[in-house]
Amino acid sequence: MPLQLQPNLAEPGHRYFRDFTPGDDFYEALIDTHRELSDEQSQLLNAKLILLLANQVGDIAVLKEALRIAREGV
Amino acid sequence: MATYTYPTFPYRAPNDLMQGAPQRKPLVIIGAGPVGLAAAIDARLQGLEVLLFDEEDSVSFGSRAVCYAKRALEILDRLGVGDVVVNQGVSWNVGRTFLREEEVYRFNLVPDAGHKRPGMINLQQYHLEEALVNRATELGADLRWNYKVVGVMPLADGARVSVETPDGAFEIEADWLIVADGARSNVRRQLGLDIEGHVFKDRFLIADVVMKADYPAERWFWFDPPFHPNQSVLLHKQSDNVWRIDFQLGWDADPEEEKKPENILPRVKAMLGDDREFTLEWASIYTFQCRRMKNFRHGHLLFAGDAAHQVSPFGARGANSGFQDTDDLLWKLALVIKGLAPEALLDTYDTDRVYAADENIRNSTRSTDFITPKSAVSKLFRNAALELARSQPFARKLVNSGRLSVPAFLVHSALNTSDTEPFEGDMVPGAPLDDAPVRVAGADGWLLDQLGNRFVLLAFADSVEAVDTALPGLRAQAAALAGAALPVQTLLVTAHAGNEPAGLATLHDRDGLLAQRLDARPGTCYLVRPDQHVAARWRSFDVSAVRAALARATAQIGSETVAA
Repeated sequence: MPLQLQPNLAEPGHRYFRDFTPGDDFYEALIDTHRELSDEQSQLLNAKLILLLANQVGDIAVLKEALRIAREGV
Repeated sequence: MATYTYPTFPYRAPNDLMQGAPQRKPLVIIGAGPVGLAAAIDARLQGLEVLLFDEEDSVSFGSRAVCYAKRALEILDRLGVGDVVVNQGVSWNVGRTFLREEEVYRFNLVPDAGHKRPGMINLQQYHLEEALVNRATELGADLRWNYKVVGVMPLADGARVSVETPDGAFEIEADWLIVADGARSNVRRQLGLDIEGHVFKDRFLIADVVMKADYPAERWFWFDPPFHPNQSVLLHKQSDNVWRIDFQLGWDADPEEEKKPENILPRVKAMLGDDREFTLEWASIYTFQCRRMKNFRHGHLLFAGDAAHQVSPFGARGANSGFQDTDDLLWKLALVIKGLAPEALLDTYDTDRVYAADENIRNSTRSTDFITPKSAVSKLFRNAALELARSQPFARKLVNSGRLSVPAFLVHSALNTSDTEPFEGDMVPGAPLDDAPVRVAGADGWLLDQLGNRFVLLAFADSVEAVDTALPGLRAQAAALAGAALPVQTLLVTAHAGNEPAGLATLHDRDGLLAQRLDARPGTCYLVRPDQHVAARWRSFDVSAVRAALARATAQIGSETVAA
């Protein structure tokens, strides 16, 4: 399965009337998770989050594609 | 002000209202901003006597609210000022977002054709208010300028209002009081009613600039532009060659210093990037809050617009949601005043508009958090999303430079009758009905112009000839529905053109878009509220189901009474 680069966020069972809502729901939850953390703590949280999500994705070819895109322009 | 001459509205001495004071009126409105004026117009359209007090005698100073969204324009159409406002305003649909100098994301508010109104128009608030004053006056609303409300005392069955005028003070009573006196609502403060939320620690500069420019009529938003590093800038076109430029300044900016023209002009010059001539018409430094009152109904006091709720300006959800307040409120209030619905109907103004306010606050807070990140990690994610958005479609959806005002789907409204048969699409009970082109009486028109101010039953058939097979009983019942104390007007919608059958108003769905947007088939019926929201829908016509849904939509029966 290729890396999904189209909008793909949704909460199962939730009905959306606006296409920006699922992305905004996630983004808010992401930023909220960092609330009250120091920069160093936030970095640790982000690292743990990447490892969790990588395991969820599973397919190392897909992960390598994501790593490549993330590295671009940095 | 170079481009606009402020009108002065005539002051009338209060002699007539002082006689036998306190007099009693059915409906008094406080505040002649866009929301109070819309309420006054709507009240007149519903046949209500209305008296409005405003402490000034002109329209709002400065351009202030500028963006009026499609749904607000549809409401203004119903109020009879849509054309005036749209013809004077600048229509636009496309918004572009830039990171530094590069475009990273673009949206189109109304990507599909077949809607009367564009996604948004830009028009200075004073132009809009002047149009609303003219319309309210034409309809016989009693507008009193230089009448300052200095006190409100809630009564069990109304309110007592203390008013000061140049010719002395008086008291007056109202059965119902609509409070639309703005964000700093004196009435709300005087009554000690809570409004809760939070202030954002940022300052913004609005500069209205008059210049000749050939930029397209689009919303342009920059993150970190070279002419204003590390901050955001927003550009909007208004009418009369006036351009709105909105600079983020940061919390540490000194508002008194920033307000000085010698500090504003270099910012504008840097942005324009050339030597074009411009004049500064109006400037303002602002901060903002996102907050709302716990309840919008307090007995016989009904709070609307900024008095009840405030949002950050990113998304144009302030004035637009105020129009939606009055859209929701006035038909309900009219039914209650006329004795056709119980007061409980007004509790749904509270629940449904509080629900909508929360949605507006949520969306504008999210935009603000994206535009002005509150922590290093929040800024890091913001910049990562912007970087990815250059090449990755998924990231463009995350870029939030403002989620522009769209109406709430009131899916939890107690006035909705739940579907009992499957429908595709979004026109669920509680939805603001989509517009569509129709033919009516041999001429091109729009669906929403046929709706509003009363309950309407849209009934679908292939053709006029097929009405009795698609909708058995409809022709026999339509007159009774229309003649009831609480009338429902039936509109037959046909896929094919044909002669109107006797006694049944007919719309021809000329492009098939109406049936498509409503997922309608022959036999499908939609009950539409006076504010153009869906109350109920079925796959066949059943007059008892229509009556039950009507009773539900007017709070005459509870949710447990009607099941199928």
